[in-house]
Amino acid sequence: MTISPISLAFKNCKKEKRPALITFTVAGDNTKKNSLKILNSVAKYADIIELSFLHNCPIADGGQIQNSTYRSLKNGTTLKDTFQIAKKFKKNNPKKPLILMGYYNLIYQNGENNFLKNCKLSNVDGLIVVDLPWPENKQFSKKCKKKSINFVQLLSPTTSKVRMKKIIKDSHDMIYYISMLSTTGGKLKVSPKKILENYSKIKKIDKIKNCVIGFGITNKTVKSFKNSDGVVIGSEICKEITRSLNNRQNPVTNVSKVVARLKNKIL
Amino acid sequence: MKIKKNIQLIDQHDKFGFWGGKFGGNFIPETLKKPVEDLEILFKKLRKDKKFIKERDYYFKNWLGSPTRFIKLHNLTNYLGGAQIWAKVVSDLNGGAHKSLNATVHCLIAKRSGKKSVCGDTGAGYAGKMLSMAAKKFGLKCKIFMGAKDIKRQKPNCDAMRKNGAEIIPVYTGSQTLVDAVSECMRYWVSNCDTTHMCVGSTVGPNIFVKICGWSTSQISRELFKQIKKEFGRIPKKVKLLNCVGGGSSSFGFWNEFMHYDKKQVEFIGIEAGGPKKSKRHAAPLTYGSKIGILHGAAQYVNQDFEGQIEETESISAGLDYPGVSPLHCFLKDTKRARYTAATDEEALSAYKLVTKFENLSPSLEPSHAFAEAIKLAPKLNKDTIIIVNSCGDAHKDRDILKQRLGKF
Repeated sequence: MTISPISLAFKNCKKEKRPALITFTVAGDNTKKNSLKILNSVAKYADIIELSFLHNCPIADGGQIQNSTYRSLKNGTTLKDTFQIAKKFKKNNPKKPLILMGYYNLIYQNGENNFLKNCKLSNVDGLIVVDLPWPENKQFSKKCKKKSINFVQLLSPTTSKVRMKKIIKDSHDMIYYISMLSTTGGKLKVSPKKILENYSKIKKIDKIKNCVIGFGITNKTVKSFKNSDGVVIGSEICKEITRSLNNRQNPVTNVSKVVARLKNKIL
Repeated sequence: MKIKKNIQLIDQHDKFGFWGGKFGGNFIPETLKKPVEDLEILFKKLRKDKKFIKERDYYFKNWLGSPTRFIKLHNLTNYLGGAQIWAKVVSDLNGGAHKSLNATVHCLIAKRSGKKSVCGDTGAGYAGKMLSMAAKKFGLKCKIFMGAKDIKRQKPNCDAMRKNGAEIIPVYTGSQTLVDAVSECMRYWVSNCDTTHMCVGSTVGPNIFVKICGWSTSQISRELFKQIKKEFGRIPKKVKLLNCVGGGSSSFGFWNEFMHYDKKQVEFIGIEAGGPKKSKRHAAPLTYGSKIGILHGAAQYVNQDFEGQIEETESISAGLDYPGVSPLHCFLKDTKRARYTAATDEEALSAYKLVTKFENLSPSLEPSHAFAEAIKLAPKLNKDTIIIVNSCGDAHKDRDILKQRLGKF
């Protein structure tokens, strides 16, 4: 079996003894064009790219990502546009893994099989579905696997050890640990030390499985997670887009600078 | 799809929480899996706990004032000519609506779980008002999430919440109504599920919240069942139970005890909010054939576009202004046990005018939707037919809207 682009990305980072940097942006934020430009520019620094498909009732997203989502919806970004952005990005960066993230209703309305077909046509490498937890996601994640799309299972501080084991067993090349009880982009209310303690519990269950940490990680705290498999930065980037727009600056160059700085911190 | 006999409707779901194999479920973030499971286990235990039931009944009776009246609306019946019109005056309850039943149960559960605070969503402000009232009674801290648009149009209930010591968190996202309030409340719970109990204000949300709410509001039909038997000596041959449906908590509670009667004998009619006469942004997913989608953790009929974005709704009544509907009602619709129709804003307003003209009763805009249907139906039926309307809320909260639309309150 050939190694997936996601696994390969982690492998390369491990060789360099650093965590993978995963950036998250909202499709079509602030425009469809800029969204693609941002992806292309951050691809220089990021190891894996996360792109969200829009839903207007995002029950797990904090203020920054909500702002980005509503901004993009207002500009008329559709699911079709999201796939277009993904496709164009992968054309420019065929080796850079791209993960789509979103809520289940969009997949449900598109039809699971049709959605996966669209993912394949756009060369999407993985999927995160926020509101389709395990074991409800068992069937769908199997479908993903058949299509060689990575279904990323989530773990949180409330996940029991027994449950963790089962979820990890059913996971693919990457799992995502939610750092704290929060929506995305919340203030880091627990210490990085405590987060890493929980993280090491997961690693004890499965040493090899790539586990990334996300939610509330910023430029200030990213350094603390240097020894993890990967860190996800989302709200910090969405915030930078909002800030740039408010100051009438170019969001593309500003976001690129932010991500470059983040990368420097974990080298 | 069939309703099973001898088992409560709230328990007729599969292991994933789906009624009829497709409505409900638990579409929730991983973080909420554990708190939801904990709540499921606790509720399962408490339902069988005699002490807990005794406590619930004590507060229902001595604090909320249950049972509420079951009265004949003689003047309205005579005026319309035809079926008898009766009302179950649930708005008699302490606080002025059925929402106090659910709020009380949730606070009792919160106490048992050892949590010190509760959070809840509200549209018309009743769910929020009752939760704040119950939280105060049971010594819990209380946060209420409410759309900014609703805060403006339901001021009296907001005043009551603040008086009860609750903090109202205005929600400015999206349509600034109930749908966004529920989303924001769930987000708050994601972040605070270790210390806070969440009360979903209707029979919506993840499976367990549908169950707890339905279990609580079923008190209405338990009372009504006895009252009908006392009044008529039996359950009459032709009964029609009319109830407005937003999320669907009052209607489910109003119908539950009669679930296994043949629908030819006891018919359930749910009235959704049709919105302003010329508007297409109705809040009536069951009446107008919306597609199944996922909203607030559950699969249900919901107003949405082709891609799955939830659509904004428009209704004069904040309590019905919700794009989705309880999975229980989706199940009742598909099994054909209940039928659903809609009343427009204008019809609800005229119904309010007519009811208050003839009767010493002041239904809020939500049950006025149900009265609108009763007024339409009654003249076509004979006097042996018993129409019962659940007057589930009091108009006090609507005084600003009524003054504006009708010139008086």
